[in-house]
Amino acid sequence: MSMFNTGDILETIEMFTQDNLDVRTVTMGISLLDCIDPDPKKACENIYNKITTKAAQLVPTVENISAEYGIPIINKRISVTPIAMLLGACPDADPVDFAKTLDAAGKKVGVNFVGGYSALVHKGFSAGDRRLIQSIPRALAETDIVCSSVNIGATKAGLNMDAVKLMGEAVKKASELTADRQCIGAAKLVVFCNAPEDNPFMAGAFHGPGEPDCEIHVGVSGPGAVRAALARLPKDAPIDEVAELVKRTAFKITRVGQLVANLASKALGVPAGIIDLSLAPTPAVGDSVANILEEMGLETCGCCGTTACLALLNDAVKKGGVMASNHVGGLSGAFIPVSEDAGMIHAAETGCLTIEKLEAMTAVCSVGIDMVIIPGDTTPAVISALIADEAAIGMVNSKTTAVRVIPAIGRKAGEVLDFGGLLGYGPIMPVNSHDPSVFINRGGRLPAPMQSLKN
Amino acid sequence: MKAFITVMGHDTVGVVAKVSGLCSQLNINIEDVTQSILQGMFAMIMLVDLTNCSVDHEELHRRTDALAAEMGMQINVTRQEVFDAMHTI
Repeated sequence: MSMFNTGDILETIEMFTQDNLDVRTVTMGISLLDCIDPDPKKACENIYNKITTKAAQLVPTVENISAEYGIPIINKRISVTPIAMLLGACPDADPVDFAKTLDAAGKKVGVNFVGGYSALVHKGFSAGDRRLIQSIPRALAETDIVCSSVNIGATKAGLNMDAVKLMGEAVKKASELTADRQCIGAAKLVVFCNAPEDNPFMAGAFHGPGEPDCEIHVGVSGPGAVRAALARLPKDAPIDEVAELVKRTAFKITRVGQLVANLASKALGVPAGIIDLSLAPTPAVGDSVANILEEMGLETCGCCGTTACLALLNDAVKKGGVMASNHVGGLSGAFIPVSEDAGMIHAAETGCLTIEKLEAMTAVCSVGIDMVIIPGDTTPAVISALIADEAAIGMVNSKTTAVRVIPAIGRKAGEVLDFGGLLGYGPIMPVNSHDPSVFINRGGRLPAPMQSLKN
Repeated sequence: MKAFITVMGHDTVGVVAKVSGLCSQLNINIEDVTQSILQGMFAMIMLVDLTNCSVDHEELHRRTDALAAEMGMQINVTRQEVFDAMHTI
């Protein structure tokens, strides 16, 4: 025992058992580029066979690592090549057949989610892209574990405003088609600017065309552990000490993720991809990013000072995590989903946290307006304009931003939606309903900013 | 295959005997034991070698969970590599 400090050992056990420290997800990225076929039936057969072969051992292997090492690992997921890239080859296919194939293959291997019912249209549409986007609401209504994402903008490309318009409509429709199921469709749909191609977190995971055939990504978590560490710091400690403590805690959390990545990569015979250095909250009490900000000294998340505290948190998590991992990627930052975070839910319920404040917060953290429930009568044009605002923040700041809003069909501000599980529940937050439809109907491409000219 | 068995909770008679008894039944060699009080709670840490353990991880967890429930304490079995990763550079 001489090599080990008993305090370190007990700290680790406490982080796992009381502070909800876990590895949030082990995600296998699988390329489907070799499944392309002009016959959609054959393409779907290829997809099913590839996923069920490559990921056959994913769930048992990860569960075995969790049991053997005593590390809680919550989700096992799969990300695949954006399906629009396969759809381009078969112009007469029903895109939803591809979604059903992903759903069936994911269920066969026992994963929680399959991400990649996606299209990358930041500069324009290629064959298959429009059909995929138009099919998203139906695909999400007719499958259980398939997640969808669309990249509508990039710092280098500007914003595809035609796609922004389509996505506002898609989000609304996804909610409408699942209105009898708490509008769950829209909770499985993310609209990105600067989407990373190796993100292991849902609903925005897909396997980019520059990635290898198959790889393992790990997303760590642990807001509860950071909050617990800060709770022990005196309230008059200078803010530098707060940053230092977050860094040290993030280092420890990330090292657990790297260990799991190494073990899973070796056991599955698949290269390790990236570690996503994110603080991903859960609805469990205490496992909240909002609570971390409150521990820093804010009465309630959303009050003045929130953006500054979040900027510190996001930066310190990266600084601590980067040395603890071999390859950093994905979204890597603090997440601020409303319905998945008990502190954010509370802040929204009390009215302290508004969508406008959330938008400001997304300028300094990953990822964006995430898991925000909005009134059911919000128009597609307003949703599109919200997407455009978020995307503009991402584009100008060379960072990823995203919108995942859930219009609560038939309900108004003040009521709630309850998705259950990790997706949580939340109050319906009011949205500015003044009409931006002339702007949205213009279409075209919003030019890339000067920041794109780095060469 | 080194691991730490940690036992935490209100101190009761026979904690060391019961946990080491289970180790003996499962052919787990105890290499070191330490006890301390953490924030008013009793904590025992055992460094063990699982190489010759007679049951698989799932069964080991079932047995430690059962013993934890019987003693009204919390027992965790965590591989040494986890602490190595978190606390050494």
